[in-house]
Amino acid sequence: MGKFTVVGTNERKVDGRALATGQPVFVGDIPPREGLLHLALLHSPHPHAVIRSINTSRAEALEGVALVLTHLNTPTVRYTTAGQGHPEPSPYDARVFDSKVRFVGDRVAAVAADSEEAARRACELIEVEYDILQPVLSLDEAMADGAPVIHDEDDALDVWAAERNCVSHMVASAGDVAVGFAECEGVVDVTCETQYAQHVPIENHIATTYLDEDDRLVIVSSTQVPFHVRRIIARVIDVPVHRIRVIKPRIGGGFGVKQEVLIEDLPALVTMRTGRPAVLEYDRAQEFVSARTRHPMRVRVKLGAKRDGILHAIEMEVWSNTGAYGTHGLTVLSNVGSKTLPLYNKAPHVKFWGEAYYTNLPVGGAYRGYGATQGYFALETAMDRLASELGIDALELRRRNHIRTGETSPIFAALGEGREGVEQTITSCELESCIDIGSDHIDWGAKRGLRHTDGDWVHGVGVSIHMQGSGIPLIDMGAASLKMNDDGSFNLSIGATDLGTGSDTILGQIAAEALGVPLEMIIVRSSDTDLTPFDVGAYASSTTYVSGMAVQRAAYDVADQIKTVAAEMLEVDANEVELTNERAGPPEGDSVSLVQVAHRSLYGVNQRQIGALASCVPELSPPPFLAAFVEVRVDVVTGKVEVVDFVAAVDCGTAINPQLAEGQVEGAVVNGIGYALMEEMIFDGKGRCRTTDLGRYKIPSISDVPPLEVVLVESFEPTGPMGAKSVSEIGINAPIPAIANAIHDATGIWLTETPFTAERVWRALNGHGS
Amino acid sequence: MIIRFQLDGSSMETDVEPGTSLLEALRGLGATSVKDGCSHGDCGTCAVLLDGRAVAACLLFAAQVDGSSIETVAGMAGEEGLHPLQSALLDAGAVQCGFCTPGILLTALELLKNNPDPDEVEVRQALAGNLCRCTGYVKIIEGVLLGADRLAGAEGGS
Repeated sequence: MGKFTVVGTNERKVDGRALATGQPVFVGDIPPREGLLHLALLHSPHPHAVIRSINTSRAEALEGVALVLTHLNTPTVRYTTAGQGHPEPSPYDARVFDSKVRFVGDRVAAVAADSEEAARRACELIEVEYDILQPVLSLDEAMADGAPVIHDEDDALDVWAAERNCVSHMVASAGDVAVGFAECEGVVDVTCETQYAQHVPIENHIATTYLDEDDRLVIVSSTQVPFHVRRIIARVIDVPVHRIRVIKPRIGGGFGVKQEVLIEDLPALVTMRTGRPAVLEYDRAQEFVSARTRHPMRVRVKLGAKRDGILHAIEMEVWSNTGAYGTHGLTVLSNVGSKTLPLYNKAPHVKFWGEAYYTNLPVGGAYRGYGATQGYFALETAMDRLASELGIDALELRRRNHIRTGETSPIFAALGEGREGVEQTITSCELESCIDIGSDHIDWGAKRGLRHTDGDWVHGVGVSIHMQGSGIPLIDMGAASLKMNDDGSFNLSIGATDLGTGSDTILGQIAAEALGVPLEMIIVRSSDTDLTPFDVGAYASSTTYVSGMAVQRAAYDVADQIKTVAAEMLEVDANEVELTNERAGPPEGDSVSLVQVAHRSLYGVNQRQIGALASCVPELSPPPFLAAFVEVRVDVVTGKVEVVDFVAAVDCGTAINPQLAEGQVEGAVVNGIGYALMEEMIFDGKGRCRTTDLGRYKIPSISDVPPLEVVLVESFEPTGPMGAKSVSEIGINAPIPAIANAIHDATGIWLTETPFTAERVWRALNGHGS
Repeated sequence: MIIRFQLDGSSMETDVEPGTSLLEALRGLGATSVKDGCSHGDCGTCAVLLDGRAVAACLLFAAQVDGSSIETVAGMAGEEGLHPLQSALLDAGAVQCGFCTPGILLTALELLKNNPDPDEVEVRQALAGNLCRCTGYVKIIEGVLLGADRLAGAEGGS
């Protein structure tokens, strides 16, 4: 393991000062430009209907209204809002506006007006006649024979079987599960269901647009994917890429929902048509209904093992609800298996089958965990059931089965993101240490099975173990450029998108480490399509591993150039020169300062700009690993569940900034605890969401957070920048299965539906089903 | 209607519609350090100090602050640099996306004025109305406790 100076330290975030002093760094803080138009949206009140007629004349006549957009006057190109690389693995099944609406909250019209109030009032003046169609309000209704067809348009692309509402279909296998299960001595079969949940970034979606002095369209957006925004918006509104600049300033959280190219098209169209700046900002209710959600799923897992507990056959079947549009339908579905099944690589017989279906409900999208979260509920509770079946301790069963360094799984090659995967051998894995540390912390040996009581509360402990990935191999791409300034400082430009995670900081730390300078000598600029090189953006746990490697390559290239100049100055061999403490020279002997090197290269002999541009397309996706241990207590009278203690031990390779890495896991775990215990979008019989504010859709507050300990168990990933892997998603997968397993330890009930509300637990305790 | 109030120590006079919320009025005046997370009083993002008391700016009419003093996070740092509580939150890693940070800082500032040496439970009680989706709150608690220590240390040293 390398000795680091800047990497591995808790540097303050490079944007920390601006954020802590409330500088105007978010999209909504930008002072309004002269003539700014405010957009308001008219949403469908019906879950499934055809627009028979739409009359906008009264709205257009209202004072202050500049433009009304509907399906009658906007581009009809089909596209996907998924915000993925090209070609996208999501179906092209959406339009800016369509003549059909497919969920309550779907777009019907947009008004641009001088004020937000005028835009809203004008929306109320739009007269729409609908032909109401029978809605499809659940997975079972979507799959039923003769179900209404939600996407009956003839120009959608890449829908697997629209006539039966099937968006996507994915199978993968190794060996023969039928043979495998026949040879097993212990078999369990579990089906779990997960709920509709929303990301709830504290900053809602917002995008503003204007024409700059050169008549180019500038889009400033709270997005995770500025380069995909540019590409997708260019096609949708038919403006060439070279006439569009996308800027991502600071953004107030994303968690996947801002991977969606969700709203930029509308202000962009308004600006192109009126020449005026425009802004569209969702309110909290729109964020719930008309943004994106986690795909609710039904996941069946069948596990078979020999008497010794070594898994012999695994079968996973998945039914995913993508809502009204198929964005991320295929890839989230694939990841239910691809990010879970390789964890238990001992089984020679593995089968994955999955389908995703349309419903007339809000639209699924990317959400931290990306299918793995749903998959681990079934897989990790099935492991506990198998342990019971075989009479083996649940922790011991996992120790016997999990993947280790030097091992592989046939699933890596068989199942990727929406297509075949990439063969991979694990090159770093400290999961054994994670399990040891976590079990000691929770006192597994003493507490498991004890069912300690205090009053009506019964205590139990549970475990779950996890892997995720670091980027999408052979698809993701990140690039970085680096140049040296007079004073020995450097401009680092990266397309990578810091959505609050601290990626600007850790990428700066990687560059600083490679160049032997403190972090303050790295000036980081990110996410501006005019000024920074390309990057796919912040998703799939890609930034640290993929963008970080691009930065490392650029920085080592620049370091070599500095060494060459220093060698000329010192009359030594460049191979002897090292960079430390802002100086260059052989370990023993004279050295020159980076200021002297910069001055010589800019103004002196053999003048040139010291600089480099580098890219990274990863060939692998090394998984981070995590072991979670939880103690819960269950009130057996009311069914209320409380988390008493939670520890997550995680292997993320080198932690470039340990504090920020811990923060990623802490945030993900608490988001997962909310998903496990309280968060649920609830719909009425007409497809209307009833939980459209933070009073009714409860996310964890500081009072809901249990004692939570995150332990970083460092490894060194040889293919990662400075030995790092990515760690932003994995933590969210743990709370559901770990808590479910702990509730079973306390009470003997198996929960198969999330969230584990008091009512569901009470029903299960009292034999009323879950 | 015309209202007058002190904003971070400066006298302000502005003309607002009667139904305008304090949040809208402040942001309209360019006080964009006050963030809007829900407009319904659920998230605490828009917290400001009204005569020293933390309030949700989205739940007050602008007219209600006529004659009062409003403090925002923009006024926290002095000429000598960041307020110790701002530094403490940064040093503890309590700032991720930073959108909830102004509300957290002001609510914590009120807590520390009333209770300079809070324990963890008191920090949790004080911040129960401030939602954060990024951090899991662990480092926010650490940051506020660190800020309390540093403020106590600074006073002890002076």
